[in-house]
Amino acid sequence: MSRGPRLVRDVDFVVSGDGQACEAKRPVVALCTCGATGRPPWCDATHKLLDTRG
Amino acid sequence: MPMTYPECAGANARWPTRVRALGRDGYSPVMKLPDPRGPLGAAVLDHLRSHRPLGEAGVRAADADTDDRALTLWTLHELYFRGFDDVDADMEWDPTVVGLRNELEADLEAGLRRSFDAWDGPTDLAGMIAAFEDRPGLSSFIRTRATAAQVREILAEKSVFHLKEADPHAFVQPRLDVAPKAALATIQFDELGAGRPDRLHAQLFADALEAAGLDATYGAYVGRAATSTLAVSNVLAMFCLRRRLRFAAAGHLAAFEATSSLPCAAIVRGLRRLGFDERVVTYYDEHVEADAVHEALAWDELCVPMIEGDADREREVMFGAFACMEVEARSAADLLERWS
Repeated sequence: MSRGPRLVRDVDFVVSGDGQACEAKRPVVALCTCGATGRPPWCDATHKLLDTRG
Repeated sequence: MPMTYPECAGANARWPTRVRALGRDGYSPVMKLPDPRGPLGAAVLDHLRSHRPLGEAGVRAADADTDDRALTLWTLHELYFRGFDDVDADMEWDPTVVGLRNELEADLEAGLRRSFDAWDGPTDLAGMIAAFEDRPGLSSFIRTRATAAQVREILAEKSVFHLKEADPHAFVQPRLDVAPKAALATIQFDELGAGRPDRLHAQLFADALEAAGLDATYGAYVGRAATSTLAVSNVLAMFCLRRRLRFAAAGHLAAFEATSSLPCAAIVRGLRRLGFDERVVTYYDEHVEADAVHEALAWDELCVPMIEGDADREREVMFGAFACMEVEARSAADLLERWS
């Protein structure tokens, strides 16, 4: 699970590289660090599939 | 944009009507005692209603079959949650109830420990999860080939514990030290809607049941639930109600959260394939992101500080993780067998 998410607390918005702001709707959010999530910028656990395949 | 004070004060009043209504119906409707499945359950029901001593019926827990014991333990556990319309609330601490609960839980725990002792697979969380992936699961079945009727049957079974989702863990909270206590509270706050009644996960599941044309009443499907479904609920309640088993409760939660995001995403695809209402989809969709957060919190911030490098504690945490996946796998196998 080396490519697991980064937890971030107490943020209202997360701004992606292209300047788009995504509302953080929960007290702690998990940000994707593997780049393969289907719901950027949030982690959707897709990294686990990468880990087992690669 | 920052809110000015009068706006903040009026914020609750502007919640949708449905949200305000959720706050009003409070504790009702409470469920009726489920029909017993054997002599033990019948004697316990009689005791709960009439306070007649259990011994008079000449029934011993050790003689009851698994199904009878499972529903009896579910019923006894429920006294610590919402209780029953037709049972005096003080029966929660009735010595006979506590004694029988001890006996049934000791048996349940011993059985799980035997299975865990016989486990020869990986003993780290990721390895154990990977090993359990070889057992057939419900999520891939729902994604690829379940019918709508089969999904409804699965939802009805899961309502036994999803309608009290996160409630058992509230009992663990005061038994933890500072860091793990904060971690569990963070997970629980999210599970319980982060202050929004309509986002409470158990309420999202009630909405899903209703949208699927099922009865969303608390406990509606307990009476017909499979033994293995009741076991899923009983194991969690036992871990959370007994302070001695708090490490197992933490490990159970870590395993549950770590085996949720991807399966929930698969279920979302299955529900969309079958054209289920968006409110059914919402429950599972919410868990894709939420449980990716909870998974990291449950292991790194709850289990690791509880273990503190102690091998015995780690084994106890892993016992909880194993028990979670074992009873889930048995329940899934049972349900899948109905349609094989």
